[in-house]
Amino acid sequence: MIDILIWLVALPLAGALAALLLPRYATAIVISTAIATSISAAALLYAVATHGVMLYEIGGWPAGLGIALRADGLAALLLTMSALVLLASSIYAGAYFRENLLRSRFWPLWLLLWTALNALLLSGDLFNLYVTLELLGLSAVALASLAGKTAAMQAALRYLLVGLLGSMLFLAGVTLIYAGYGTLDMATLSRVVAAGPIAWSALALMTVGLLLKTALFPLHFWLPPAHASAPAPVSAVLSALVVKATFYLVMRLWLDIFSEVVIPQVASLLGILGAAAVLWGSWQALRAERLKLLAAYSTVAQLGYLFLFFPLLQALPAGAARDAAMGGLVILALSHGLAKSGLFLAIGIIQQRSGHDTIRDLDGTAQRLPATTFAIALSGTALIGLPPSGAFLGKWHLLSAAFSAGQWLWIIVIMIGTLLAAAYTFRVLGHAFGQQPYPRHPVTIAIEEWPALILTAFATIGLGLAGAPVWQLLKVSL
Amino acid sequence: MNFDTWLPLLVVVSSLLPGLVMFFLDEGSHRLRTVLNMSGALIKLVLVGIITWGVFHQHIYETRWTLAPGLELVLHADTLSVLFVILSTVLWLVTTVYAIAYLEKSPHRSRFFGFFSICVSATVGLALAGNLLTFVLFYELLTLSTYPLVAHRGSPEALRGARTYLAYTLTGGVLLFTGTVWLYSIAGPISFVEGGTLNQLHADYHPQLRVIFLLMITGLGVKAALVPLHGWLPQAMVAPAPVSALLHAVAVVKAGAFGIIRVVYDVYGVEFTHELGLLTGLGIIAAITIIYGSVKALSQDNLKKRLAYSTVSQVSYIALGIAILGPVGTIGGIVHLVHQGVMKITLFFTAGNYAETLGIHKVSEMDGVGLRMPATTLAFSVGALGMIGIPPVAGYVSKWYLALGSLEAGMAWWVMPVLVTSSLLNAAYFLPILYRAWFKQPVTEWPNEKILPARFETQTALLWPPLITAALAVAAGLFAASPYSPLEWANLIARREYGL
Repeated sequence: MIDILIWLVALPLAGALAALLLPRYATAIVISTAIATSISAAALLYAVATHGVMLYEIGGWPAGLGIALRADGLAALLLTMSALVLLASSIYAGAYFRENLLRSRFWPLWLLLWTALNALLLSGDLFNLYVTLELLGLSAVALASLAGKTAAMQAALRYLLVGLLGSMLFLAGVTLIYAGYGTLDMATLSRVVAAGPIAWSALALMTVGLLLKTALFPLHFWLPPAHASAPAPVSAVLSALVVKATFYLVMRLWLDIFSEVVIPQVASLLGILGAAAVLWGSWQALRAERLKLLAAYSTVAQLGYLFLFFPLLQALPAGAARDAAMGGLVILALSHGLAKSGLFLAIGIIQQRSGHDTIRDLDGTAQRLPATTFAIALSGTALIGLPPSGAFLGKWHLLSAAFSAGQWLWIIVIMIGTLLAAAYTFRVLGHAFGQQPYPRHPVTIAIEEWPALILTAFATIGLGLAGAPVWQLLKVSL
Repeated sequence: MNFDTWLPLLVVVSSLLPGLVMFFLDEGSHRLRTVLNMSGALIKLVLVGIITWGVFHQHIYETRWTLAPGLELVLHADTLSVLFVILSTVLWLVTTVYAIAYLEKSPHRSRFFGFFSICVSATVGLALAGNLLTFVLFYELLTLSTYPLVAHRGSPEALRGARTYLAYTLTGGVLLFTGTVWLYSIAGPISFVEGGTLNQLHADYHPQLRVIFLLMITGLGVKAALVPLHGWLPQAMVAPAPVSALLHAVAVVKAGAFGIIRVVYDVYGVEFTHELGLLTGLGIIAAITIIYGSVKALSQDNLKKRLAYSTVSQVSYIALGIAILGPVGTIGGIVHLVHQGVMKITLFFTAGNYAETLGIHKVSEMDGVGLRMPATTLAFSVGALGMIGIPPVAGYVSKWYLALGSLEAGMAWWVMPVLVTSSLLNAAYFLPILYRAWFKQPVTEWPNEKILPARFETQTALLWPPLITAALAVAAGLFAASPYSPLEWANLIARREYGL
């Protein structure tokens, strides 16, 4: 059973090499790798749920000396969500790049990104995290630049520089930690870290680096152009997973390792930035003229919600209420990952079929592609946070925590953000009801429409109605 | 798990499943769609029959499902939910027959009936909701599923109406949601319990409870079209006639009114609401809405708009009944939930028939229509007279109980004038229509008459639904005192609410 951890890293890595060496069979290799990796992810989730935390020391070297892989409930959940998104996007990309020569460059990078993502989620030590973070960032930039147009190159270059700056800040923080405590193992660190200048400055450096990569307002400037100009499956993964991975690290730092050290006022600052992100991102999404830009700004806003949890989790005493809020945070992140990737895939279909993604001119397209439009509607339900989506449960716990902690400001922000999300979603959906000719058979689902539908349905119906195990799994922690 | 725990879920699923299947049907597969629609509606009717019998005999039907820690989805049948479920189920059946005929050969039927079924599932779901969370969940689902129905025609006007509808209802939804979460955070999971549970909270919470009440009633008031939150309703008139019929009689406005009943009686408890000083405020808003809606209806020439403002006014009778302390007023309010539904759906069906058969959209075009379409106009007259409150149509029963209740509660000095004024206004905007329809000379040519192969004045399937609902409206008035009548059931509810 323990071997699952190594498979989750080795499989996509081997797939990437194979796809590089045998470009002719790349598509087949990637799809089978994707299926195998997803099965491993599901197995991991099951194993963590039944046996608790999983640990694997490569080569038998104990943590601290060798490389250790570990998985708790949180990591397993994110890893499974990523697998679902990447599997669906792989199938989609197979159709998306069918006639495209970019394919041969795309597939190896794609699996490399998956490798980096899994390794990051499974790492238990800060240096390995830095390495995987760098690998993740670089493969993401390479993928984002694939479209090759000037705008895409510019955006990718900016993305690269921001990413490098973020990693450097993170590395600086890691160095400080090593100098101060002589260990980089996260489990050990959480026991030895003590309040003081070293911990604070290390935390500050690493956090700023990660926030830059997570695109928290006002450090979000690079995200919309980068996510909006990448090919659709890449946008999906960038928006749904790559920013989540860095967010996951922020969570680990703030809620795990440094939880005893964190100063409440600073947690409030994160909350305020999150609130600004919710309002600003939603407003920009409402004003966006292109669908992809709308989706990208919506990501900025949705990430903001996640940061609203920090001051609340800080304020709530350990216990049932805090656990419930923690689950809310995770289910909101999962729901956004699924919904947003589905949204980008759907937009990609619209872009390919009609040659544009200008919202104003969507009328005919929205009616010709009912399945895609439906996927957008499902995704919108999750982005707004309406029932029965997982985001509804997440927002419920977010609001509930705000009421329990007596932090009223966030409540108003959440209410306004929800309404803005509804406004930008229905600005798009209104185009589905024009008076254009409609297909005789209402649902003609092409192969590339299925992934978007499944992902968004998972976010909206699956997580919403069967989300209770998330809270159970989070109890399994290091 | 036995049948009793599945039954409430099955009632919801019996329309949800056909609805989801219908999305995938070919536009041309008319017959299959009809079979799905009708079998769903009939199965639901049978299930609801079983539940009604069981609830009367104190059986417990409950479905539970955990969504998250502390958040449970509960479907539970009690007397109040049964009343609303029966109303929805019966009227859905009739409306489905009507809609199939009404939309014949029009585009996007698969989409229409898909959302139509989801809309009814949401209504039944919120009727059966056993706690506030479940109610909110279905309440929002109702908003989502009615939006495509209002926008169905796709004209700029329809899209605008739908947008307005959405802006109002989603804002209301956010307020209700916030209030609900707030309430959960101070009082734990809120189940609907006859008599309410919040009076056990410490007095320190009372100011918060007042604010929460305000949030929730505002959120619910949007759908119930309480003035000044009614702005969406006249604009949503652009929807096809069966949608308007269902929206006005059962689904949307009634969901709001039903929610207010739940919050006042089963969350706060009516006496506790009164103690907090909130009941009078609700009564004043209801009174204003009743008068305002009637006054606005007077000046509308568009028939559906006139009916829409009439709905604004009539639905607030329910809120008025709630605001009248004491079981008699409660009976009046709750029974009006059913009576108004049956009468209003009749009126909208007939309005749809005029539009569909003769192209009549305005009151001023209705001269002599009674001679051309006597059966339809008869049904219309029944509905209109019922709204005014003329026996034996059901409307008078509600008004009678409201008046009696206000006397008992010592509120007659302001309730009576409201009732009298409103009835006079109702007469003032309905009687001229009846006069025109029956006694004026018909015009030589109707605005847009369709040549129909039918034997009757219009298609048979369009004719029967209003006749049936009109008959129901009369029956509910004539046999008000017999067992299983809406009035008797409302009596039972009031007895259980007040613990008599």
